[in-house]
Amino acid sequence: MKFSEVEPEAGKLEWLIRKDGCMHCDDPGCLKSCPSPGAIVKYANGIVDFISEHCVGCGNCVTGCPFDVPRISKADNKAYKCSLCSDRVGVGLEPACVKACPTGALHFGTKEDMHEYASERIVDLKERGFSNAGVYDPAGVGGTHVMYVLQHADRPGLYAGLPKDPQISPLVSLWKGAAKPLAMVAMIGAVVGSFFHYMKVGPIEAKDDADPKRDGEADDVVVIEEPPASARPAQSAEPARDAPRA
Amino acid sequence: MTTRYLLRRYRDATRLNHWFVALMFFAAALSGLAFFHPALFFLTNLFGGGPWTRILHPFMGLLMVLGFVFLFFTMWRENLLDRTDREWIVNAPKLLQGDKSSMPPVGKYNAGQKLVFWAFGLSLLLLFVTGFMFWSPWFVGYFPILVRRIAVVVHAASAVVLILSVITHVYAALWVKGSIRAMTRGTVTAGWARLNHPLWYRKMTRGE
Repeated sequence: MKFSEVEPEAGKLEWLIRKDGCMHCDDPGCLKSCPSPGAIVKYANGIVDFISEHCVGCGNCVTGCPFDVPRISKADNKAYKCSLCSDRVGVGLEPACVKACPTGALHFGTKEDMHEYASERIVDLKERGFSNAGVYDPAGVGGTHVMYVLQHADRPGLYAGLPKDPQISPLVSLWKGAAKPLAMVAMIGAVVGSFFHYMKVGPIEAKDDADPKRDGEADDVVVIEEPPASARPAQSAEPARDAPRA
Repeated sequence: MTTRYLLRRYRDATRLNHWFVALMFFAAALSGLAFFHPALFFLTNLFGGGPWTRILHPFMGLLMVLGFVFLFFTMWRENLLDRTDREWIVNAPKLLQGDKSSMPPVGKYNAGQKLVFWAFGLSLLLLFVTGFMFWSPWFVGYFPILVRRIAVVVHAASAVVLILSVITHVYAALWVKGSIRAMTRGTVTAGWARLNHPLWYRKMTRGE
């Protein structure tokens, strides 16, 4: 839970409390940034879930999330977040938080039904003087499958820094979008291109090198270790690393 | 009686240093590529699965960088670009078509080799710095999320530059016959040196 004590208008104190957790984005930044296939999945019902056995613990989902939600466990180095009780939802139950909430602040249902319920709440809030009341279902992440009804929907930042227009960071979408396939093409292209270059142009070879197979083995092989010291110009004197070896 | 002349190009220590870096490069590159693209995730099987790949990759990368530091200080002076290198770069397209006639005489390294050397140095420096910024779980906590987002992108981009440079490096060694023995045996033939590095050949044989 996140709690903010704010004054939306001068002299009008408000306590704003919200349940802070995974928003279950329709276009999840965590999923986009995850390198491990199957570690983050989005089900047809909209729930975004982490499958621990496939998680490698790299932390990309932590940086990919526009809401700063996932965390890496210090116990097993795997990423965790709210699963919206996907196991319970899968067998027709509501999430545990909805079941446990004693005041009816949380509701669970199809997105359509929840929008309908929210619009009733908004009418209610507007009647009570909250003219900017509205539903928080940000389009920047394709909408979310966890929504808020906010009495100050024009200023979501009042609610412990809820982002006004959350989006997947351009750094994440650039890299995981266009740059990744382009880089793959460049790397594979360099190898394939080199191969065809060799086949077309052929190698660079010294013509005057003795070939033992052609010319017979040399009687003597001399290794020139270093240019003679006397013949070396003073300015090109090299440090000791080039000193002649025994 | 026939005598073959060989020229010493790399000391034993430099060669072992080079192959250590090369080995660490392959380990770090394969484990890094595993996380670069989902289609390459199968590479994690080489390192004992996903979590092990994630654990090992930074250590292999760090060893590669540390190994390169020694190579860097052995070779950086000979890789400083000078005025004749521009002429080499301008004429490089002709060289790629197999026409060596318009290339200026080259010392121990040609401009292409020098550029590859600096591409290695720069990309490894960036990989080293950005790698720490999201090294989980040891150092990641010291960096805010925005810095980590930038670091991941720069790390991946630098890795692509490094891999492309290595492909260039390996292909050049295969293309120019007689080059590989410089790093496997330490010596090159006189004919190879005269053809590819005439100024270095002259320096090595002056007075004989």
